[in-house]
Amino acid sequence: MTKKLLQVEELQTEFTRDKQKTRILHGVNFHINEGEVLGLVGESGCGKSLTSLSIMRLFQGTTGEITNGNIYFNDSNLVNLSDYEMRKLRGKQMAMIFQDPMTSLNPVMKIGKQLTEPIRVHLKLNKSEAREHAIAMLTKVGIARPDEIVDEYPHQLSGGMRQRVMIAMAMSCNPNLLIADEPTTALDVTIQAQILELMKKLQKEEKMSILLITHDLGVVAEMCDRVVVMYAGKVVEEASVYDLFENPKHPYSKGLIASVPKLGEKKDKLDSIKGNVPNPSNMPKGCKFAPRCNMAMPICHEQEPACLAIENDRLCSCWLYELETR
Amino acid sequence: MNSVSIDKNEKTVSMQPKYSPVKEFWKNFRKQKVAFIASVFVLLLILVAILAPYIAPFDPYKPNYDALLEPPSKSHLAGTDEYGRDILSRLIMGTRISLSVSFASVFLGMILGTILGLMSGYFGGWLDRIIMRSSDVLFSFPDLLLAIAIVAILGPGLNNVIIAVTVFGIPSFARLVRGATLEAKENTYVEAAKSMGAPHRRIMYKHIFPETVSSLIIFVTMRIGTAILAASSLSFLGLGASPETPEWGVMLSTGRDYLGTASHVVIVPGIAIFLTVLAFNLIGDGLRDVLDPKTKND
Repeated sequence: MTKKLLQVEELQTEFTRDKQKTRILHGVNFHINEGEVLGLVGESGCGKSLTSLSIMRLFQGTTGEITNGNIYFNDSNLVNLSDYEMRKLRGKQMAMIFQDPMTSLNPVMKIGKQLTEPIRVHLKLNKSEAREHAIAMLTKVGIARPDEIVDEYPHQLSGGMRQRVMIAMAMSCNPNLLIADEPTTALDVTIQAQILELMKKLQKEEKMSILLITHDLGVVAEMCDRVVVMYAGKVVEEASVYDLFENPKHPYSKGLIASVPKLGEKKDKLDSIKGNVPNPSNMPKGCKFAPRCNMAMPICHEQEPACLAIENDRLCSCWLYELETR
Repeated sequence: MNSVSIDKNEKTVSMQPKYSPVKEFWKNFRKQKVAFIASVFVLLLILVAILAPYIAPFDPYKPNYDALLEPPSKSHLAGTDEYGRDILSRLIMGTRISLSVSFASVFLGMILGTILGLMSGYFGGWLDRIIMRSSDVLFSFPDLLLAIAIVAILGPGLNNVIIAVTVFGIPSFARLVRGATLEAKENTYVEAAKSMGAPHRRIMYKHIFPETVSSLIIFVTMRIGTAILAASSLSFLGLGASPETPEWGVMLSTGRDYLGTASHVVIVPGIAIFLTVLAFNLIGDGLRDVLDPKTKND
């Protein structure tokens, strides 16, 4: 059986504003196996990015805090680690790639200097060794003339190159888990394909796991082994990529997949899901998707469905299946 | 064929003069005529301060009772004071005192204020509240009154003047740096650095502090003018340098009894203070125009 690298259990994250707590994550559960690419999908504001920030415990400076739940990573519970232990972990065992490569590099620092930062902190190499390692990493992510690039500033590189540099930085200490928060959203389509291919290649070579956060189902289909669908701070469905696209179970997943335009299809209007994500401070009672669901039953508005295994390795949180299995 | 043309291109690129921020700064700063002249004046002052004992024509401490309160003449270019001491020599020695007192107090204030401001802006929370409220308390005193109070506690003397001027500079620096920090720490690259496990100290020093430097440079030059004025004022009030020291404020203070009979005793050091403070403020203005991207007009 494959080993679980990361297991998130009942994760709840809250923000405080004006002394009022707003819960954004309502008990998120999922796991990532070793060497697996897990996709985390959902529309804007459903808590995808917050889930990743919670795993990294990166909300210093905001009022965000994890109020409940456990995050097991390599046998340690991240929720209980001290700030110092957490810092040792970040970059070394888990690293992150951000959405916009234009802003995630410091414009006034040379590429080499930024790249050697985590290397020197975590691998304890000296300056020239770190520089060599940085150049090797740049070569690995397919950057031409890496020995010149290390002495250049971010504005001298294109967006795709910058994202490659970010990947090189994230990969430089051989992390077990790479969290990629919409890594290709800010890039144009041809570069997107290159970056995805690169990530896939590196993932195979290094046998690491990737948590890929995206709302682009095309990216999911190309990259992921399994997919977790989130809606309003909860996981509504978890399935293998093949199963999800072939036979989505949750009405929300169905809606998402239906709203992807298909080639060769003639349609005046694209399918969409009616309405918006509910306001976190004013969540509907019962199933959070019920007000937008076209299969909603009376019970959906009354009680929240539990997340149940409906097939092998497949979870879904919907009354349709819960009643069925009963 | 193709590769040859690429080679040519590379050559032309490498032959272009390399972009250097220092050169760019220099080019723009020279366009600021007033500030440029002011900075030449300040450089001269610094030179005078360094070489003071060698270029002063007379001993600034030695009285000459044959030449009391003499107006400017060939032998005493700026005249003599009530003890017959050469005013020009005293002015030259005073440059050293005034500049070193103001530089020392501004740089001390900058270092402490920057550290406090960085911590305050970066960590936020109760630390931020403590630092900012304490600087509000310091702000609520008029600058000079606070300095007088500090000197009154510590006792008069140039070292205590430095401490006093430092203390009333700290809150301004802390506030300035805190503001820049609040802005800088929202950058994604700061979050990215955190996600790589960079320690707070490193993030503050490598990623946030450089963002604050340009406003710091401007503020420091402005602040030096203020510090000179404050130090002279304290000495004028008898809280700074001792009466025989050739400090500009002291010279004003001891000379004011002779304002009616030998006005040069007061006018000369007065002009020195005025020009020096003006020069620093003009440099500050010029630097702001050059360094602040918002006021840049190309």
